[in-house]
Amino acid sequence: MTTLARRRAVLALRIAAAVALTLVFMFPIYWLFMISFKTAGEIYAFPPKWYPGQFNLDTYRVLFKDGDATTVGNSLIVAFFSTLLAMFLGFICAYSLARFSTGGKHLANWIVSQRMIPPIAVVFPIFLLYVFFGLVDTYIGVILLYTAFNLPYVIWMMRGYILDVPRALEESALVDGCTRWQVIWRVVLPMCRAGLAATTIFTFVFAWNDFIFALVLTRTEVATYTVQITHYFGGQSNFWGKISAMSVLGTLPIFIVTAFMQRYFVRGISLGAVKG
Amino acid sequence: MDPGRVSLEQVNDAVSSLPAPTRAPFGERSFKYLLVGPAIFVLLLIGVFPLVYLLIVSFQSITMTEVNTDFAGAANYTQLFADARLWQALLHTLIITAIALPLELVLGLAMAQLFLDRLPGRAIFIALLVLPVVVSPIVSGATWSLMFNHRFGPINQIIGWFAGRETILLWSINPGLVYPAIIAAEVWQWTPFMFLLLLAALGNVDRSQLEAAAIDGARWWRTFSRIVLPAIAPVMTVAILIRGLDLFRLFDIVWALTQGGPGTMTETISVFTYVKGFQQFETSYTAAVALLVVVLLSMVVMYLLRKMELAR
Repeated sequence: MTTLARRRAVLALRIAAAVALTLVFMFPIYWLFMISFKTAGEIYAFPPKWYPGQFNLDTYRVLFKDGDATTVGNSLIVAFFSTLLAMFLGFICAYSLARFSTGGKHLANWIVSQRMIPPIAVVFPIFLLYVFFGLVDTYIGVILLYTAFNLPYVIWMMRGYILDVPRALEESALVDGCTRWQVIWRVVLPMCRAGLAATTIFTFVFAWNDFIFALVLTRTEVATYTVQITHYFGGQSNFWGKISAMSVLGTLPIFIVTAFMQRYFVRGISLGAVKG
Repeated sequence: MDPGRVSLEQVNDAVSSLPAPTRAPFGERSFKYLLVGPAIFVLLLIGVFPLVYLLIVSFQSITMTEVNTDFAGAANYTQLFADARLWQALLHTLIITAIALPLELVLGLAMAQLFLDRLPGRAIFIALLVLPVVVSPIVSGATWSLMFNHRFGPINQIIGWFAGRETILLWSINPGLVYPAIIAAEVWQWTPFMFLLLLAALGNVDRSQLEAAAIDGARWWRTFSRIVLPAIAPVMTVAILIRGLDLFRLFDIVWALTQGGPGTMTETISVFTYVKGFQQFETSYTAAVALLVVVLLSMVVMYLLRKMELAR
């Protein structure tokens, strides 16, 4: 075989493998999404039907009519405000760590180690605390917990991005008469726009996708979409359509957002350890 | 470039490599603490206070029926060692980790190798392949439980095609099948994580070394094990540790698929803690369990931190 033919064969094989892999990895998502458009008869067909006869939106209609869909709104509220809070507090803290080495290496390490405490160990005492202060099933309670949970991540990531900003820029701004506070907002913040965007999105996704904190700390008022999904578990399997439709409502926004941030994905999910 | 000229970057590098002024100007000293203050306060409130509280409660004997806050000595801790269900939960967690993690790593590495060189539609393939990572774990657990349904799920159907006859496998009930089901969901969700990190690492391997090896006529395996593997080892370590930590606290996928069942066969340490604390309300004992988990994890975390500094 000539080298050219050989190369073509290898390329064809690689494309075939890539297509096959993508199909396998996409299939569960496809299956989940399709169930939400099926009628009950199609969901419980044997042998299983791989696609709905028509795009049936009845399940979604029911979710909106019964108010179940408002749990997506709850997710949005707690994820949005906790992200905002974590980004603000985290950014100024990260600046201090990066520029003044406040607390030395120990403080930085202690902060990132907070991130790795297993949620189940934290949520249990927090629950007892929240019962005492009447914070169970309130927005404030959930937002506070997500903020704390995400802070180490924000601080760690932003510290890395701020370290990448050349010190000289800040020095010259200081010489020009800016105060430190102005330097942070007018020089450093714009310089790490990309890092800010990536960190914000990941922080948001963590809060949005959380289940265990919300399971313990919410009841009905501020239940998030992940908790709502599990309300359909267990009973008769009549709730498959709802499980699926709720999942789509919670997952689709995240898919759309991640499509715009491919570039920062690697650094974001590797906790900043890998600069993709 | 003219060797006599100095670029702006070089100036910046030179300036930033200068030692920072040892004594910050007046006001800056307190300012730097002002900046970290609020964040540290929140972390202490939500991160450290609970641990202290756990420690106190673990020495009392609070249960669902009785709130006894007298000092109970180490009773809860001695109970830890006698609790077979706890150690089984730890074992289940380790089993899932020991199988899922290598699978994710090898599969992720193979995929990274596949997508390393130019490929038509590469960016689109990668964009699609990362999607499982951002799906909420509880959603992926739910998805796989729908897929594994013995009658209305597609998996038994597909197996049936290969087997040539109708196949009914009870994935969430049959003791021999629940672990494969959990691991399948886990591997599906997190292999793309490994894939992305390793793809980035492979892309950073020094090309000239690879070319030199090719000129010397080194075989693929030799090049891979002698040049590529050492080069990506730091990233691999970080990836393994991040995933290892996540697997250690595995909750959502198991909760959605089996709730720890059948019986307590697939109970992980997080599921066990949840059941003890929020279904059986053995408050003080759960506190001891949670502290045990924290202590075990802290050791891994120390190690991870050192490795992360290395990879930066």
